Amino acid sequence: MRKLVAGWSAAALTAFLFLPWQAIEDGFFGFGWVRDYPDDRSASALFYALAFDRPWLWGVLPFVALGGVALAFPREDRRFGQLLIAAGLGGIGYTFLQGFAIGITGLQWTWLAPLIGQIETSQYGFGWGATIVLFAFLMMTSLGVAALGYFRGDAFIAGSVIVSTALILAFVFFPIATMLAGAVTDEHGNLAFDLFWRRFFADDIWELNCLVGGPRCGVVFNTVLLGVLTGALSTLMGLAFALVVVRTGLPWRKGLRALTILPIITPPFVISLAIIVLFGRTGIVTWFLEVAFGIPPSRWIYGLPGVLISQLLSQIPVAFLVMIGVVEAISPSLEEASQTLGASRWQTFRTVTWPLLRPGLAAAFLLGFVESLADFGNPLVLGGNFDVLSTKIFFAIVGAQHDPGRAAVLAILLLIMTLGAFWIQMRWLGRQSYVTVTGKGDSGLSAELPRTLKRVLYWTTIPWAAFTLITYAIVIFGGFVRDIGRFDLEFTWRHYLDAFRVELTERGMFFSGSAWDSLMTTIEVSAISAPLTGIMGLLVAYILARTKFAGQRTFEFLTMLSFAIPGTVVGVSYIVAFNVPPLELTGTGLILVICFVFRNMPVGVRAGMAALSQIDKSLDEASLTLGARTATTVRRVVMPLLRPAIVATLVFSFVHAMTAVSAVIFLVSARHNMATAYIVGRVEAGEFALAIAYSTVLIGVMALAIVIIQLGVGRRQLGRRGQQTAAALGGH
Amino acid sequence: MTKSTTKKGPASVEFRNVTKRYGTVAAVSDVSFTIEPGTLVTLLGPSGCGKTTTLRLIAGLEIATEGQIRIAGEDVTNLSAADRDVSMVFQSYALFPHMNVLDNVAYGPTVAGQKKSDAYDLARQKLALVGLKDYDLRLPSELSGGQQQRVAVARALTMEPQVLLFDEPLSNLDAKLRRRVREDIRDLQRDLNLTVAYVTHDQQEALAVSDRVIVMSNARIAQMGAPRELYEAPASLFVADFMGDSNLIDATVERVSGDQALVKIGVTSLELPSRGTKPGPCKVSIRPESLSVTASVPQGPAIPGTIRKAAYLGTHMEYTLAAEIGELFVVDRDVANPKPVGSTAYLALARTGVSIVPST
Repeated sequence: MRKLVAGWSAAALTAFLFLPWQAIEDGFFGFGWVRDYPDDRSASALFYALAFDRPWLWGVLPFVALGGVALAFPREDRRFGQLLIAAGLGGIGYTFLQGFAIGITGLQWTWLAPLIGQIETSQYGFGWGATIVLFAFLMMTSLGVAALGYFRGDAFIAGSVIVSTALILAFVFFPIATMLAGAVTDEHGNLAFDLFWRRFFADDIWELNCLVGGPRCGVVFNTVLLGVLTGALSTLMGLAFALVVVRTGLPWRKGLRALTILPIITPPFVISLAIIVLFGRTGIVTWFLEVAFGIPPSRWIYGLPGVLISQLLSQIPVAFLVMIGVVEAISPSLEEASQTLGASRWQTFRTVTWPLLRPGLAAAFLLGFVESLADFGNPLVLGGNFDVLSTKIFFAIVGAQHDPGRAAVLAILLLIMTLGAFWIQMRWLGRQSYVTVTGKGDSGLSAELPRTLKRVLYWTTIPWAAFTLITYAIVIFGGFVRDIGRFDLEFTWRHYLDAFRVELTERGMFFSGSAWDSLMTTIEVSAISAPLTGIMGLLVAYILARTKFAGQRTFEFLTMLSFAIPGTVVGVSYIVAFNVPPLELTGTGLILVICFVFRNMPVGVRAGMAALSQIDKSLDEASLTLGARTATTVRRVVMPLLRPAIVATLVFSFVHAMTAVSAVIFLVSARHNMATAYIVGRVEAGEFALAIAYSTVLIGVMALAIVIIQLGVGRRQLGRRGQQTAAALGGH
Repeated sequence: MTKSTTKKGPASVEFRNVTKRYGTVAAVSDVSFTIEPGTLVTLLGPSGCGKTTTLRLIAGLEIATEGQIRIAGEDVTNLSAADRDVSMVFQSYALFPHMNVLDNVAYGPTVAGQKKSDAYDLARQKLALVGLKDYDLRLPSELSGGQQQRVAVARALTMEPQVLLFDEPLSNLDAKLRRRVREDIRDLQRDLNLTVAYVTHDQQEALAVSDRVIVMSNARIAQMGAPRELYEAPASLFVADFMGDSNLIDATVERVSGDQALVKIGVTSLELPSRGTKPGPCKVSIRPESLSVTASVPQGPAIPGTIRKAAYLGTHMEYTLAAEIGELFVVDRDVANPKPVGSTAYLALARTGVSIVPST
């Protein structure tokens, strides 16, 4: 431990003395600064303080030194730990305070002027130097905490908890808090509650005119209406599909399971495109209806119907996945018991099966509701005049109004709704669950469904499955015909060539297609963020599943929270918070990576915790008693056993990074454009075919990535030959 | 095999007023004891008594809330498991399911940075020691329970630890295998001169393998001592009851002279070690085999009673008798002449297995 303390103190000192303190303009990974080092932009803290008129940076040095002073005491001495904590926390506090206090235009906290004088020197965001110094301070704090005997005296765990908490505070809490602050301040940064109330109670938010025959309703009503409809309908359809698959003898029913993977690897607005192609003014169905029945084409699909249909298309498979778990978990012996007690099929369904289904139904409903609220792509493409909160937020930022304060207010509303749903789910569903899967073998046969019910199920699920297939067929087909939007079905490669042309010139390959830039950025960002998400998520899962410490519940809540924040809210909060020093990240590729890591991390945490609960804790302990430290134990024992969870997390975070649109659309820049943002742009320009072609390519890339991840991580080998089960897994 | 395979020889383990609390609940409360180097000490008690927590405190898998833990005279209280020279055989064996036998056993030396070939040599040596050759490339799931356990022992031995810990090592084995494994562990401990702490809830197992036994109850030590001491002179009603069957009978101390006391049990009187009692009513523990049962009136003092229940167990008979001093449970080796239920029998007290239980 003393070596680590010395190492991190040295790292902090080195970074302070030599590394560029501020962010370099050509990005974190640009190394052009080496040429001019040390100039006014690339100097280290030491040079800034000495030669560039920034004396306040001297203030960081005492805290670095304090870490060294701790080494004067033996580890057992409480002062060793206490000094380290003081050095770490003090250093972090001071570094951030000076960063916030002195910004691009000099002193930002004008009330400090009488104390320290006016400062004109500008200061930009943190760069390598500051980042490493801050990280070293975090490590000093962790080592100090471990030295005092907390976290079982385990520096690895203390460090993991403290670093991940710090990161979550910085990249989940700080942006949200900044956004909240932005909502109650005016453009000069003064508190203005009256402005907040005016924004909050604006007519276009709460209006209920449409209920009494008026032209339109407020955005809250629209959002809730859409959410409830999507939630309810997707749940019912999900249940119908689940019942068909589990409880009927319909042939091909296993194939339905395969359909569930489609919405997961589809960018969210691709379905909207297919809907336009089918039902738009010049769509295939519209044309058919006009020719066959003389129904004139209209724009009915733009608005609630279109958004609802496309949300259902993507949400029903998810609800199906939830419900199939619930339906399968209902022990047949319960229904058999009911039947032996003389109940009819219908009575059994009504009194036994249905009540057991209810918690699952509520879960699926809430999931659908939240997903609908958070959905941005479909309302953007199909919404027309039907405003929902997520699109309204977007237009408040990027539209003609450009009113971040208003966007913040709308984002708060959306956040309240999703957090509310999240809270209900935790509180209410957490308690209301019936455990029907026991460790005992269960060999009963499920009761047959009543005949009428079966007929209803067939008549709803089969057409919908067909409709889903057609929608996806359109997506694939549309890329290869001249203009599917206008029903021009001549085969062409043009769209693919427009987007992905590669020319062979004498200087090698030239990627002249218009989509290459965004595709490359997307793949790069996804490929960088997926492993980071995995590491972060599984590390947090390990901490939560394997250690006990005060404040663990809060820590768990923090990590899961980012899941409940809609992408649009994240996007707004990020541009509000990270547009100014000291954390100045907008316009970089890094902000995209950070955004994905913290948005997708909860999935890694969940997957990891589920997997860890299957792995006997004594395996870790055995490794510890054999002299392996926690880091070694994690690497050599835990990770190999967690392979399935690692694959799941990597696939999920990669795929989500590739298909995400809501948060990303705020964060892309000309230099770092993402595929989804590019496609949305093409859609807005009316180039459906190109958008569709690009989407197909994205789906292909994701399928390829999934295969690569699975091959790369490999399977976990436990060799359960014969009937023995691995004794160590699961305890006995 | 060399006499000692530990680097520094066996070490002592010392607990000084150790307490482990989870929130407000104490799992181990103010426990002090010393394990002498080269001895096998069992921690015995019912589930939830704190014995496993005590073992984990020695290993460093739990950190004491209060008090001091010393191994080989050095304070290790706040050292993590990886920093202590202790290894452990887990109840579930905790073999790494993704590694084969050899890799499992070589794990300790490997993570300590030894050369792979050296680690394998050491691992093979230890596997030979537990009698498990030619299984190197098997996965743990391909071994029987007994084999898995031997792998776990070999793996713990590669660390050549100053202290070796066993957490209920027999609980996953079938009854026949238990005796053999128990003897193997004891032989190994003696041959290698190891300091071993051994957790079990089975009093017979504890009596069979230990140099000393520490009986725990409700997070505290109820009694410690040699097996014979515990069985024949339990210090409390709990220990008397927990260490095998026992008849706990009300008796009267007539007089105390020195460390001997004259105790009146029903119609008979007996000289017993006084164990700090004063004249007056007391409790006496009588082991079932310390009562000999005869159909006719024996010589010397005897307690008459009526046989209420009789059971034939092959090697012995078990009787329940109603006597004046209470209901008595008796084990009788004489299976050839069973006494019928309802008949009158006479009970004579043996010299051993009868003791005053000090009131606590």
